Amino acid sequence: MTDAATNTPLLSVEDLSVTFPVRGERAPVVDRVSFAMAPGEILALVGESGCGKSMTALAILRLIAKPGRIEPHSRVVFDERDILRLKVTQMRALRGAGIAMIFQEPMASLNPVQTVGDQVIEALRLHERVSPAAARDRAAEIFERVGIPDPRGRLKAYPHQLSGGLKQRVMIAMMLVVRPRLLIADEPTTALDVTVQAQILALLRDLREELGMAVLLITHDFGVVNELADRVAVMYGGRIAEEGTRAEVLGAPRHPYTQGLLRSIPSLAHRGETLEEIAGTVPSVGLWPAGCRFATRCPKVFEPCNAEVPPAVRLSDSHRAACHEIAHEVRR
Amino acid sequence: MSWVSNIIVALLVAGGAYVWIWARSNRLWREAMRALVRRRRFALIILGVYVLIGLLDAVSWVGGDGVQGVAASEARSVIDRIFKPSIFREKSYSEPFAQVEFVGGAALTFPGQHVLGTDILGDDVLYKTLKGVKVALLIGGLTCLVLIPLALLFGVSAGYFGGKIDDAVFFVMSTLASIPNLLLLIALIMALGKGTLQVCFALGITGWVGLSRLTRAETLKLRELEYVQAARALGVSHPTIVMRHILPNLAHLVIITFALLFTGLVLSETILAYLGIGLDGSWGRMIDQARNELSRDPVIWWNIVAASSALFILVLCVNLIADALRDILDPRTLRERP
Repeated sequence: MTDAATNTPLLSVEDLSVTFPVRGERAPVVDRVSFAMAPGEILALVGESGCGKSMTALAILRLIAKPGRIEPHSRVVFDERDILRLKVTQMRALRGAGIAMIFQEPMASLNPVQTVGDQVIEALRLHERVSPAAARDRAAEIFERVGIPDPRGRLKAYPHQLSGGLKQRVMIAMMLVVRPRLLIADEPTTALDVTVQAQILALLRDLREELGMAVLLITHDFGVVNELADRVAVMYGGRIAEEGTRAEVLGAPRHPYTQGLLRSIPSLAHRGETLEEIAGTVPSVGLWPAGCRFATRCPKVFEPCNAEVPPAVRLSDSHRAACHEIAHEVRR
Repeated sequence: MSWVSNIIVALLVAGGAYVWIWARSNRLWREAMRALVRRRRFALIILGVYVLIGLLDAVSWVGGDGVQGVAASEARSVIDRIFKPSIFREKSYSEPFAQVEFVGGAALTFPGQHVLGTDILGDDVLYKTLKGVKVALLIGGLTCLVLIPLALLFGVSAGYFGGKIDDAVFFVMSTLASIPNLLLLIALIMALGKGTLQVCFALGITGWVGLSRLTRAETLKLRELEYVQAARALGVSHPTIVMRHILPNLAHLVIITFALLFTGLVLSETILAYLGIGLDGSWGRMIDQARNELSRDPVIWWNIVAASSALFILVLCVNLIADALRDILDPRTLRERP
């Protein structure tokens, strides 16, 4: 995939901020995040728990629950429409049909008292006028497409009768039956066995090829990123630390946080050695340093880090990193 | 007025048949019904007999079979027609299966035929007891018809929408819960009047808080579940989410609470009758009237025994069924091994 910013992007997020009240003040959980996605592109959003990646995804769908709030200066443009300024009914029509989302827990993602077929049909008939019989056919078709054996029989199954992998396939089927142009996958494989994980990832990749749908993949698993992503954005403390193509971020990481993350992945090449880790823990929301969010844990920290927000440094057409150290180096 | 109750009976029978057919077509409920029948066959049969008697007593029509002492325009139910209370009576008390009157020993008009004896007015006690079935079922059923929608409306909207709505509902619930139930009940009945509808309405108004709390808590939990989130991510509107994803997942709570409430309501009517504000023809009224008879010598025991036993058996059966239902429907209670 080429650089998303040069073509007309499918989704462009500019200065997205989501705040929550913490001790009387509104603390940003997502802080001026910007990125763009081209049609058919897979962008992985990577980061530790609590770095704001799920909040970013929910904000794109405008599903931030109160007391959370998307700040008014944010802009999310999908298909040349400013999502944050759509009417509630227009937004509802866009959810599912334009942007769909699959969740982490396939066990809890399906209503236990409805057959899975009914749930898929509900999703379809919400956005398209189709007869019940035609809807049933479409549901069976999509079940077959996502690799559910005996699709017609499985339409009548209740969620508790399916395995975790099958449930996640049903979930994917439910989200794909109306053919959205962007699929947000929030840790789609975290709760699954490794073998099932591989199947689901292969399925997502095939579906992308087939339907030309863009995927915003949210994960903390670099294995999944390497398997699937075209581009990678690494988040820390509600901001994007580094963004670039898969080869750039995984092969030649520049931001100290990305470097630390990649070094702390256990690998067979370093058997028997002590696994490296990033010192310290993520400070909780509201206790973040004023300058670079990573300043408290960064090995290369120097004066401006604590005081100033680091600028995003362009390293290539597609690669940028927000770090004072790199800015300093580039300037020299 | 007889046609109203006839239509209601027809609707009840049709509704029951529909629920039966629907539940049979749905595996979840079919299995639940099977498990219930296996565990509580006897209680279900007895409850069925009660319901049948109640329904027979609710079907009535005008027109005579030539019985004396009946006005031509009076609609009489199947039970009335079987017992013919206007002629099937004595002058005063008689013991069960007695040949002679209890006081004085004069010969009875129907010797040996009053299975449960007769009361002070000479009315057959079995007849009066059977007439009480309809009243009891009416109190339980009608009150739940008021109570459950009210509880669901407040509980679900408080739990689902949260914020100010939740605060408002919680305020109303806390206020209601802080007033002694019986006092509020008596005050309401005094204000509304003493009819069947009024009493049921008053019971409904005072009783919804418990179920409302339960459904609010459960809705709070369901709202955060990922399938509700997923439905929202798919663009489903709030009313549809409530109808399709919240209410069906509250069904087990509602059914269990209904079964448990039912007996509580029948019993509270008894207490109301004891205080003199119950319904005509109820078992509570019979027990209230039999109070003085217990202090007589020799004791007139059959009145109170008949009414109390009928009440006891109904309450016991419904409680047994409710208990089994909870085991079957609530996944958190471990299934008892038969």
